[in-house]
Order: sequence, then C-alpha cells, then structure tokens
Amino acid sequence: MFKQLIFSLVILFSLPLTGFSNESHEGEKKEGFNAGEMIIEHVSDAHCIHFFNTETFHATLPLPCIVYGPKGVDFFMSGNLYNEHGHPKAYTAGSGATYVLEGEVMKYVDENGELQTALDFSITKTVFGLFLGLTILVIIFLRVAKRYKTNGVAAPKGLQSFLEPLIMFIRDEVAKPAIGHRYAYFMPYLLTVFFFILFLNLLGLIPFIGGFNVTGNIAVTMVLALITFIITSVNANGAYWKHIVAPPGVPGWLLPLMIPIELIGLISKPFVLMLRLFANVTAGHIIILAFISLIFIFNQNYGAGGAAGVSVVSVAFSVFMNLLELLVAFLQAYVFTLLSALYFGSAVEEAHH
Amino acid sequence: MEMLNVLLEAGAGNGLAALGAGVAAIGAGIGIGKIGGSALESMARQPEMAGDIRSNMIVAAALVEGAVFFGIVVALLVALQ
Repeated sequence: MFKQLIFSLVILFSLPLTGFSNESHEGEKKEGFNAGEMIIEHVSDAHCIHFFNTETFHATLPLPCIVYGPKGVDFFMSGNLYNEHGHPKAYTAGSGATYVLEGEVMKYVDENGELQTALDFSITKTVFGLFLGLTILVIIFLRVAKRYKTNGVAAPKGLQSFLEPLIMFIRDEVAKPAIGHRYAYFMPYLLTVFFFILFLNLLGLIPFIGGFNVTGNIAVTMVLALITFIITSVNANGAYWKHIVAPPGVPGWLLPLMIPIELIGLISKPFVLMLRLFANVTAGHIIILAFISLIFIFNQNYGAGGAAGVSVVSVAFSVFMNLLELLVAFLQAYVFTLLSALYFGSAVEEAHH
Repeated sequence: MEMLNVLLEAGAGNGLAALGAGVAAIGAGIGIGKIGGSALESMARQPEMAGDIRSNMIVAAALVEGAVFFGIVVALLVALQ
C-alpha cells in the first residue's frame, strides 16, 4: 500500500515541467539552456523576486532600490531598471544620477561616461527573506511568550508545545554543559541564533515562492559569526586571554611560535563558523538545482523523450536531496549554536590549576 | 611519472579546480567514514549509550564537513573566476 503510494507519487511528479527559463524574443536567436548560469542566478542575490517565466510573461516582484549615488540617496522601484524583455536598462533617478545594473551590481554613470559601483542599500531578495524570517520569528515567539505569561506552569499546548522541547534542548543539552553556571546570560543569544538559522534554512528550501537563499549568503553568515566573536571577546575573562598569550605548560622558547598559532586559532574559529554554514546551505541548493537542470539539459540534447526518462531519476534524487537538506538545516543550526556555546564557555571558564 | 603528466594535462584550465574538489570529497569520505565506524563499534559495545554516541557522532561529522567545505569553496572560487 505504502510502496504503491510512493511509486505513484514519483511517476506523477516526473511529468516534465514545461515553459521555463528560456527567454525567447521576437527576432532574436533562441539561446540554449545554460545550466551553470541558471544555478548561479538562483543561488545569488537579486533586485527582484523572480517566480517563473512563460513565453511572453515574466512573473517577477520588483523590490525597492535604495542607492547612494554621486548625487545623494535615490529611492526607486527596481522595475525601472529592466525593460519589457527582462534585460537591464539604464534609469535616471530623481536626483539626476543614472543607474544601470551590471550583473546584479548597481553601477552609476559618472562624468566621463564610465560605470562606477554605487553604494547599494536596496531591499534585495536576501534582505526581503531576512525580513520575512524576522517577522515569522517575532510573531511566533511573542505568541509563545504571552502564552507562558498567562499559562504559567500549566501544561503547554499548541505552538508552545512544539517549541518547548527545542528550547529546553538548547538549554539543557547545549548551553548548560558548555557554559556552566553562567548559561542564563547567554541563553537569549543562543536561542535567537538557533531559531534564526533554522527558520532561514527552512525558508530557503520552500519551492515556488521565489527561491530565497539567505543563509547561503556569505555576508549573512559573516555577521552571525562576527557577533559570536564579539560576544566571546567582550565576555572573556583574564584566564582566556592568558591562555592565548601564554598557553599553560609551554616552555618559554616555544612562545614565539605558539602566540601566532593561538592568534590564528582565535580568528579562524569564527571564520570556519561562517564558512561551514554558508558552504553547507549553498552546496545543498546547488545540488538540487543541478538535478533539476539535468532534465532541461537532456531536453535540449535528446528531445522530450530523453527529458521524460531522466526526469524520473532526477525528481527522485531531488526529493532525496531535499530531505537531506532538511536534516542539514536542523544540523547546521544546532552546530552553529553548539560551537557558539562552546566558545562562550571557554571565554567565561574559571582558571583551574 | 606518466600518471602525473596525464593528471597535469587534465588539470589544464579549470580542470585542476575539479580535481581539488574531488580530493576534498575524498577527505570527507575518509573522515566521516572513520567517525561512523568508531561510533558504530562503540554503540555495539555499549548499546545503552547509543543516543549519546549518535549525537556526538553527528556533531563530529559536521565539524569535519566544515573543513571539507573550505576546500570545496576554494575550488569553486577558482572554477568560477
């Protein structure tokens, strides 16, 4: 019974998707399907949220652009930067400066007619995804907090009962063993970063809403790692710094070697934190996109029959990769939180001799 | 000697980045394989500690993957230059 259900679902979802991704214009030569370009376009940032293309209609949601150009701050909708065919065109904003998008980089035209990079503070797809995740987090946790205030120690129900095991898991398995008796001071940040990364990872996995890739943006993970680093450094006691400049049990003649190593270790810990989350999420998205684009490559080279044949395999692998990415979403949030807690623990640890 | 020449030929252009990514994947396989192997062994010796061992295994695997992804990101940067 179960096997028949799975089999029929795989067959149903392996009907080839049609009508996507080739932009054809009247009178222009139709380009082939470029898988690398499509994948890069889907995992990078964009100035509009692109849902799908039909032969004549691009379903996009333009986002506001806030740019600091040569003549001050300009505020306009990104729809002005594209013409009807979806290609970038130049736009003269209210202050008189002319902007054009090169790739996804906002550039302005200076006095010599050359393109210079402008300071781009636009609401891009990643920023929009950040706001979306923020809104969901705030709504959910304010409701849960209010329920705690009114319910007290009564049995939890609803959203509270879903989140309470996670919160207690973070407190009892991550914060308390890693930090010790001062765990309550760091709990707000640990809970925030865990649910923030979890929600944004899950947001990136939802199809058809435009494809957000927030935690796969190295700037976002860099800021998270930087905040962990700042909290560690600010709350570090004397023993922590003493371990860096004079590791215990090291003979004096070895110190000129040990101190640079310890300093590099100090910097590399947040760096690896940043890189781990970014690479995991982006690699997962790229693999799923590569499996889907396999269908289009086969369509181009071997016709619809080849595409139908490979789409069975492709969809099966994509489902498997999506499940793996679900596990990775939870795991990466947990590992980031655990490592942050361990760094905090090592910073506030009392010197023991 | 010949093998090295053939490999360097394959590495012309961006092929070396692909080779680097493959070697990084070998590192991931070896590391996580060792972690999984020792975790399974200790779970067989002490079945009541299985849950604890499982969570520690997953944490260690995530840390090893962090190092591997560093290599993959470098290969990607070279390939997409």
